[in-house]
Amino acid sequence: MDEIFRGFLHALRFIFSADPALVEIVWLSMRVTGVALFISTLIGVPVGAALGLTRRRARGLIAALLYTGMGLPPVVVGLFVYLMLSRSGPLGMLDWLFTPSAMIAAQIIIAFPLVAGLTMTAVQGVDANLPLQVRALGANRAQEIWTILREARIGVIAAIVAAFGGIVSEVGAVMLVGGNIEGKTRVLTTAIVLNTRTGDFDLAIALGIILLGLAFAANAALLQLQKRGGD
Amino acid sequence: MAELVYRIRGLKKEYADRVVVDIEQLDIHTGEFLVIVGPSGAGKSTLLRLLNFLEPPTSGEIYFQDQLLGASSPLLEWRRRVTTVFQRPILLRARVRENIVLGLSFRDERADDRIEKILARVGLSAFAQQPAHKLSGGELQRVALARALVINPSVLLLDEPTANLDPYNVGMIEEIVREHNRAQRTTVVLVTHNIFQARRLGTRVGLMLGGRLIEVNATNAFFNSASDPRTAAFVRGEMIY
Amino acid sequence: MKHWLIVATGLLAVIAGACSAPPGNPPAANCALRLATTTSTADSGLLAFILPDFEKKFSCKVDVIAVGTGQAIEIGTKGDADVLLVHARAQEDKFVADGHAKERFDVMYNDFILLGPQDDPAKVKGSARAADAFKTIAATQSAFASRGDKSGTNTKELSIWATATITPTKEMAWYNSLGQGMGETLLTSNEKGAYTLADRGTYLSMKDKLPNLIVVVGGTSIQDNKDKDLLNPYGVMAVNPDKHLGVKFEMATKFVQWILSKETQERIGGFGKDKYGQPLFYPNA
Repeated sequence: MDEIFRGFLHALRFIFSADPALVEIVWLSMRVTGVALFISTLIGVPVGAALGLTRRRARGLIAALLYTGMGLPPVVVGLFVYLMLSRSGPLGMLDWLFTPSAMIAAQIIIAFPLVAGLTMTAVQGVDANLPLQVRALGANRAQEIWTILREARIGVIAAIVAAFGGIVSEVGAVMLVGGNIEGKTRVLTTAIVLNTRTGDFDLAIALGIILLGLAFAANAALLQLQKRGGD
Repeated sequence: MAELVYRIRGLKKEYADRVVVDIEQLDIHTGEFLVIVGPSGAGKSTLLRLLNFLEPPTSGEIYFQDQLLGASSPLLEWRRRVTTVFQRPILLRARVRENIVLGLSFRDERADDRIEKILARVGLSAFAQQPAHKLSGGELQRVALARALVINPSVLLLDEPTANLDPYNVGMIEEIVREHNRAQRTTVVLVTHNIFQARRLGTRVGLMLGGRLIEVNATNAFFNSASDPRTAAFVRGEMIY
Repeated sequence: MKHWLIVATGLLAVIAGACSAPPGNPPAANCALRLATTTSTADSGLLAFILPDFEKKFSCKVDVIAVGTGQAIEIGTKGDADVLLVHARAQEDKFVADGHAKERFDVMYNDFILLGPQDDPAKVKGSARAADAFKTIAATQSAFASRGDKSGTNTKELSIWATATITPTKEMAWYNSLGQGMGETLLTSNEKGAYTLADRGTYLSMKDKLPNLIVVVGGTSIQDNKDKDLLNPYGVMAVNPDKHLGVKFEMATKFVQWILSKETQERIGGFGKDKYGQPLFYPNA
């Protein structure tokens, strides 16, 4: 108990001193997760919306694939990305392995099924007669889809939040494809693993608190959006 | 006055071999108030969807304002001259005013004075900034009606809009629709299974049974001297369905 | 009405914008050498101690990927690293034999030690040979924690079991194959009161976090270690560029020459002396 408390105090001191190495790790974490989330949203929301608007029969197989993707262990994704990006792999010429780009690629693969799958569910949850009503009011195809997406926004935001939580706290895949290189690919989660391995629990706790704080802040911000969008 | 909004000839709509609408001939005049009555499953709602160009007919001809519906018809433009109020009001999770603006926003139109006027007419001015999903059933349907009228449609289609509503709301909605029909010469097609409502509102009334239009007649004639025995039976309440 | 939309788009735009312009990063030298190595060299702090000299001399950043020796060699086999610094002699020789590197050089060594709980339930403290101690541990079925991760330490441990003519299996309840790094394995042993094989460097650097563990074989320093089988040599290899396109052979060769140079060797020998009273690694180039 004593150790946890001491670690916590140390952690707070460490955070408020804004240690440059710490700032760098936090910044890289946000960058990698931010870009991955942005791209996943950009692709995942339209795909999910399109699937949600398709008739059930045509949707079947792709929906099954998406749901499977949502349950994919991140380490497996990491291994796949690793083998693809390795110099002896098919995409070796990109020279992405052990760079933030590789981590972003892995996180996109993890986040995309979450965003698309949950968006699909959200769109399916919208009143089945809404498309008809919207067209009766003179919407063209794009306006119709946009209105339905807007109506499903609470679910869509939840999808993005879930994806964010999934990738910001993920460690296996980014460790494998990023390599945890100091100042280059070391993010919050891999730094926590490293400091736990070397027994520097204070540091690990400090990083854990920051990770928790970031996740909380992001969720709180998005929930605020959701609340505003809800009325 | 003889001008036609719709001229329908041999119109058929089938779903998987089941004929849902099968109308030999129907003319709908500009500015008239046509009521279609009939039992559930008679094809009334499908007819309205065809008239709103939400679905294509299986075969037959629909002339809309003297132009024949076909593959090259400007469907979106036509659809924007017609609108439907459904039995169950489907509103967005947004404020009342945002719901009323919806149809205008699709047309990139702004009409603030019209919005305020219609809000006042349906008695919801005070609720303009309220979340729509917190309203009562009757209020919701009034929002749906306001949303339809604010775009000044040439044709207003009503699909059982007052079923399940209390007399106060029924009266208010009927009053506003009749007003619009007279003042703007908006053509109204109302589907209902309430024959008293048909008698109150219609300039002409038609009976649909099994997808077919049995008889269309001036309201008085429809109720007092029907030419088809089935119409007479329906009006007397003797038709079991 | 499109309030939330504007905020959401803004948020995403900020994230996207932020990503394109990382602040505060040092003007990255265009040159970066990728070193795959074991956790022991990185976690002990040795690399952080010696690498700045190389980076300054050759204006080339060294990207350290610290993993188990097994994974480090796998990374080299795929051509995903330019140079390896590892400690598993048999695997290193195979790496050279398979043509993934042209040559292997001795860099330094330290030694392994057998650690156990304070009360030493198997009574193996003071055994001259680790293999004898292993036999007794197995006979008394005392808890043993294995890295189980194909690392250099794990490889050494298995070879000691082989010398002791025992094949540990998962059916043996006392034998715990953790599949973890050295740090985690030490912490687990400390908590569970298990015997475990560790490299002395990692043990020394974590000693204050391991109050329940004592050295049962290997003594207090490498000079004190009577079992020469516990020596732990580290080798360096530049990855063969003929096998994989993009490997930076020239810089890797410079790295090899640098780490074998008298100056660097002296620095390796000096590392940890003031903190632990003895070096963590002994240069032997």
